Amino acid sequence: MTALTGLRVVELASERVAFAAKLLGDMGADVILVEPPGGDPARAYPPFLDDEPGENRSLWWWHYNTSKRGVVVGLDSEGGRDRFRRLIASADILLEAEPRQRLAELGLDYDDLREIRPDLIHVAITPYGRNDALSDLPATDLTIMAASGPPWSCGYDDHSLPPIRGPMQALHTAQHFAMMSALTALLHRGVAGQGQFIDVSMTAASNVTTEAASYSWLVAQQTVQRQTGRHASTRPSGETQQLCADGRYANTGVPPRAPREFAALLAWLGELGFKKDLPEAVFLEMGANWEGPFELAKLGSDDEITAIFGAGREALKLIASRLSAQDFFLGCQRAGLAVGVVNSPEEAFEDEHFKARGFQVPVHHDDFDRTVTYPGAPYALRGSPWAISRRAPHLGEHDDEVFGEIERGEGLAGA
Amino acid sequence: MTGALSTFRICDFTGQLAGAGATKWLAAFGAEVIRIEDPVRQGRWDILRGGPPYKNGERGLDRGGAFNNHNAGKYGITLNLRDERAKDILVRLIEISDVVSENFAKGVLERWGFGYERMREIRPDIIYVSNCGFGHVGPYSDFKTWGPIVQAVSGLTFTNGLPDHEPAGWGYSYMDHTGGYYMAMAILLALVHRQRTGEGQWVDLACTESALSLHGPALLDWTVNGRPSRRAGNPHSNRNAWPPMAPHGIYSCMGDDDWVAIACRDEGDWQRLAGVIDEAWCGNDAYASLDARLASQDALDVDLGRWTAPRAKYDIQAQLREAGVPVAAVQKPRERIDLDPSTEGFGLWPTVAHTVMGDVRVDGQPAHFSETDWEYPRAGPCLGEHNEEVLTRLLGFTSDEVANLAQEGVT
Repeated sequence: MTALTGLRVVELASERVAFAAKLLGDMGADVILVEPPGGDPARAYPPFLDDEPGENRSLWWWHYNTSKRGVVVGLDSEGGRDRFRRLIASADILLEAEPRQRLAELGLDYDDLREIRPDLIHVAITPYGRNDALSDLPATDLTIMAASGPPWSCGYDDHSLPPIRGPMQALHTAQHFAMMSALTALLHRGVAGQGQFIDVSMTAASNVTTEAASYSWLVAQQTVQRQTGRHASTRPSGETQQLCADGRYANTGVPPRAPREFAALLAWLGELGFKKDLPEAVFLEMGANWEGPFELAKLGSDDEITAIFGAGREALKLIASRLSAQDFFLGCQRAGLAVGVVNSPEEAFEDEHFKARGFQVPVHHDDFDRTVTYPGAPYALRGSPWAISRRAPHLGEHDDEVFGEIERGEGLAGA
Repeated sequence: MTGALSTFRICDFTGQLAGAGATKWLAAFGAEVIRIEDPVRQGRWDILRGGPPYKNGERGLDRGGAFNNHNAGKYGITLNLRDERAKDILVRLIEISDVVSENFAKGVLERWGFGYERMREIRPDIIYVSNCGFGHVGPYSDFKTWGPIVQAVSGLTFTNGLPDHEPAGWGYSYMDHTGGYYMAMAILLALVHRQRTGEGQWVDLACTESALSLHGPALLDWTVNGRPSRRAGNPHSNRNAWPPMAPHGIYSCMGDDDWVAIACRDEGDWQRLAGVIDEAWCGNDAYASLDARLASQDALDVDLGRWTAPRAKYDIQAQLREAGVPVAAVQKPRERIDLDPSTEGFGLWPTVAHTVMGDVRVDGQPAHFSETDWEYPRAGPCLGEHNEEVLTRLLGFTSDEVANLAQEGVT
């Protein structure tokens, strides 16, 4: 069985919870996606199948709603609220990102729902948490990020260019915490039999996902400054992004700093026939033959250490300028250097490593009679299979099925 | 109050942030996380131990600010696994643990004689979670990574930037944070599985794979429509394609490196924004509909940037909040940590009492639980700080025996 077989998750459709519910569904939970009449607005998000907008053609919708069944419930009518309560009576987890006071106004907030299902785990996602009036203000992935820190640290050495946000990642980060929260509460329920209400703040989630920006301030009241392609820092650091011969970039990471690394780099330089083109090769040889600790703390003060360290950087630059980014990456890694090719998402997706791990997953779309390749599992649990159990639901596709099961008092679909 | 995870014990070899961040969540909810460090190398397989930032500029092995931040709530012991007696202690610790977690390069634990099969012999329902850049299986499984390398290979560096510029990437190890979140999810999923079936398992987490899974719609656009992300004009990551919005960007303001983010989700947002700006250009035909604004977005950004440039970011934020337009100042660390009532109100920066450093603030957790909320009853451990407590309380050693083990180089 899978980790979450037989557990029912009810999701009130929103771009702010769809991913968390997918994570649970792909691990085997029976996720019931509840949409209002007319459907969730994200059904109309691009990109579209064959670039043609239309019903059930949103690839955004496809991706974030795998392994779910779909029902339509209008919470604005008493009949709809009744249906919702019946659904909750059968549910283990509720995931929602409704406006802060909406569920209370409808008589459907945690205190109401626990009367129906005492051990319910109710996870609410809002921009600033349920107790902060700022959550009532309109917000998007971009504004949540800006308020919470990530863009301050991301961008270019040239500070006339704007700080940069990582698209969708404020939404993702909050939902990672929603997933961790739901599982944590589930374990507690398994031990103590008790459900609970969980208040996830999207801005708080990104605020604690900024690494040194936060703790440099918390510990030492220092402010990091953004730099091109590398860590924002309280002091400027050397460039790590390198343009390669095919016009793509590589990240050279931490330059060589141990004798075996200098030796491996020197050997590779020789194999490639580039050694004669590197004036600093003599320093690499010194590095390869170095005895005792190579004290990086003396960088800048000790001439030999400075020259050897610099030669490592120059060797990487020379090789990168003559190889494709992928060949540079593979060659460096085989020499034991932690270097990365800057792939686009599709280049990574087509890479042999991820293919070999089974990351490309076929999903059949009966509605279009097409089999589509999806991104696979974020983790490989050897004893609990991850799977896309079904394509994203059409609007109201499982109304009869789900409410029929409930009417008949049947157990859960997967149980 | 009993913690949500207080019935679980974690034998924890994690370090840096990608691993330590995962077990920090577990510790916050009461799991007994016992971090194991190498006394010979003074714990330095975790480069953050003893590294900056430093409180009051005071350096030292037990004064690493990042280490404390990522290890709050955990116990710390030292074991010299070159010594058979240390290995015996580890066997006894695994016997009473639910999870063994690590983020070494592939093969390290096996070389010490603690591969998954051996751990299963010690405890049949053990959960073993390994976390490394490329995972333990696949052609690149021997390759080495740091956060920035994971981000580069998985597409996350590429997607952050401006057209006609090199990638801006991430100004920090986003995938050390997020790899830690996926590791926490994996541990929790495996614990749920065990709670329901009694079965343990091995989880092979590859940070690059977790990262690649964050590109869903772009990957489907590739597999379904054949559209690559590497194309002219892309990426433009302060803009929004799914759904399309315009204006949508980060604009320069008056002040030292001050910026404001503005997003118009729909016609209503644009009308409200135009109402606040109240300048003739807002009425240009080129900006009269979403399609028109998307087609003219470069010019629109210039016009809007001209309006924001002489204004203070918090003034713009106040005006647009009042008008109901999505807006946020790009906050600097001090602004969001010390001056933002919302983070303080959430209790996001708890203070821990560190044995050597004294009171230090750390990152809290962004979710509050009504019945079993998180807390950090202790700071990050000093090297070997809990040897005596753990070895006597959990494994039955006497204090004299613990002292001898230290003297003989076992701990």
